[in-house]
Amino acid sequence: MSRILTNTWALTMIRMRLAMRNRAFLFFSLITPLAFLFGYGALSRRFGPGAMPYLLAMVLALTIMGSFWGLSVQLVTFREQGILRRFRVTPVGASALLASSLISNYFLTLPTLVIEFYLSRSLFHMAGLGNLLSVFTLVTIGTVTFASLGLIVASVTNTMQETQIINQIIWFVFLFISGATIPFPKLPVMVQRFAVFLPATYLVSGLQRAMVDHANLTELGAYLASLIGCAVIAFVVAAQLFRWEPETKAPRRAKLWAAAAVIPFLLLGVWESWNGDLRTHASKDYQSIQEPFSLERIDH
Amino acid sequence: MLSGATIEVTNLTKRYGDVEALRGVSFSVNEGEVFGLLGPNGAGKTSTVEILEGLRAQDGGSVTVCGLDPQTSGAEFKYIIGAALQATALPDKMRVAEALDLFGSFYPKHRGTPELLKRFGLEEKRSAFYSQLSGGQKQRLALAMALVNDPRVVFLDEPTAGLDPQVRREIYDIIVELKKEKKTILLTTHYIEEAEKLCDRVAIVDHGKVIALGTPRELKQRSGTVTRITVRMAKPETNGALSTLEGVTECRAEADDYLLYSTRVPRTIVALVKHLEEQNNELVSLDISAPSLEDIFLELTGRRLRD
Repeated sequence: MSRILTNTWALTMIRMRLAMRNRAFLFFSLITPLAFLFGYGALSRRFGPGAMPYLLAMVLALTIMGSFWGLSVQLVTFREQGILRRFRVTPVGASALLASSLISNYFLTLPTLVIEFYLSRSLFHMAGLGNLLSVFTLVTIGTVTFASLGLIVASVTNTMQETQIINQIIWFVFLFISGATIPFPKLPVMVQRFAVFLPATYLVSGLQRAMVDHANLTELGAYLASLIGCAVIAFVVAAQLFRWEPETKAPRRAKLWAAAAVIPFLLLGVWESWNGDLRTHASKDYQSIQEPFSLERIDH
Repeated sequence: MLSGATIEVTNLTKRYGDVEALRGVSFSVNEGEVFGLLGPNGAGKTSTVEILEGLRAQDGGSVTVCGLDPQTSGAEFKYIIGAALQATALPDKMRVAEALDLFGSFYPKHRGTPELLKRFGLEEKRSAFYSQLSGGQKQRLALAMALVNDPRVVFLDEPTAGLDPQVRREIYDIIVELKKEKKTILLTTHYIEEAEKLCDRVAIVDHGKVIALGTPRELKQRSGTVTRITVRMAKPETNGALSTLEGVTECRAEADDYLLYSTRVPRTIVALVKHLEEQNNELVSLDISAPSLEDIFLELTGRRLRD
């Protein structure tokens, strides 16, 4: 057991170093999220500083969701270049490699999130910090969950091209129908019905509840539990389906196994469809940015 | 393990779809021996080595390395083997010293990075990125990584493929050094020179089968003491009369040369000279050489190794 931990730690450290030397990584993990922040920050200037906690939650969610993209691409690249097979003749196991992906990604994403928080306060005059413990917990669990989804993508795709296509599809779904760009209450009702089955929707809403309503961990319990459930299933499935060799193809059943990772959100979605808890909170939190609109109306 | 062999391969079979890559390969390697698998590309050398390394599962037959089954033995097995694989890489932005530190950290007992850098002539490259290394430097790093855990058994899959002759010789020197350390080494190659120079014993592999096995000397003797006479003549021969000369078992035309395989060299030479006089032809050059493993391969398979 201690050998697994030592190996995981050694791999985590090297992967953090490799990431820091990679320009593409810096672009996608720092520049892109900060571009989102400045875009949303500019919006907050129109809506007033009261809107910033709501908007920052969206930026944090987008940053966290980006994890799945980088991780899947990295793992597939390592496999295609024959890097993974070199590790296979060492005592390193698939779990240590996958765990090091998740841990290094977490430590690499955290600074961006802290910078986003800091800039929201200093540049965009965000008042209050929300419920910091809830935000931190959601950020931590969310980053691991979305990174695990990246591992799943890598485990079911055979080529980089396939990985990129699946990533594009997932990314657009997360981007536009989770509430991270278009506020949830503004989505068409049909889309909302679908969105309640997406992990991204709960991440966005959870962060907004923590930032705007100061929701505590108990209130966010169902969201957190589903994110954890999804992460655990995704990790186990990714470890089971792990392929070291470039020429080994993903078996057909792999796609079925991968689908198991969404089970927690299927359950949560069914529950949500029945009681409408997320929709109520999303509408309430949305009020925090709607106020400036009413002010504008008075101006006219 | 009754035989006490370090590597035991018995009746190994492996197929990829319709292709039978291994068709009952058997051999054993003793402790401290350098054993070579010699054969053309696609003969089944890499499949055999990768089964021994635990990278692939065989379809039939059995393999043991130090008494362990590579497929089921886990970390215990990984601790005793070192491998330089074919078709592998490291991340582009990984530094040489980092790679050795990282791979060393996976083993409870491992060699220090400074020692390995020095021994493999990589000291000046210690901070270079993997992507900045030349082919020879990458190969030296691969060898250093294979030895990082001071393994009992080392697998070298085509350690000099694609390298220029000078770099190849550098790699030979390293392997000769390893031999002195009494490591058990299994190496695959399609370079005759490599097998002759480095290996204590060689198995010639073709189409998934071992077609000959022994020390390079034994293999050459076994070929029926056939000697190769390479002849170049002023005018080409077309009537196939050369193969009827006394003592000649086989005659091949190769570019401008004729290769005569003879069991009775003096008589063949006399007959050859007579024949040339009769034909009013002249001898441009003549070379008599003891059979090489290349000749043995040719004799056994009817093909050249690099065909």
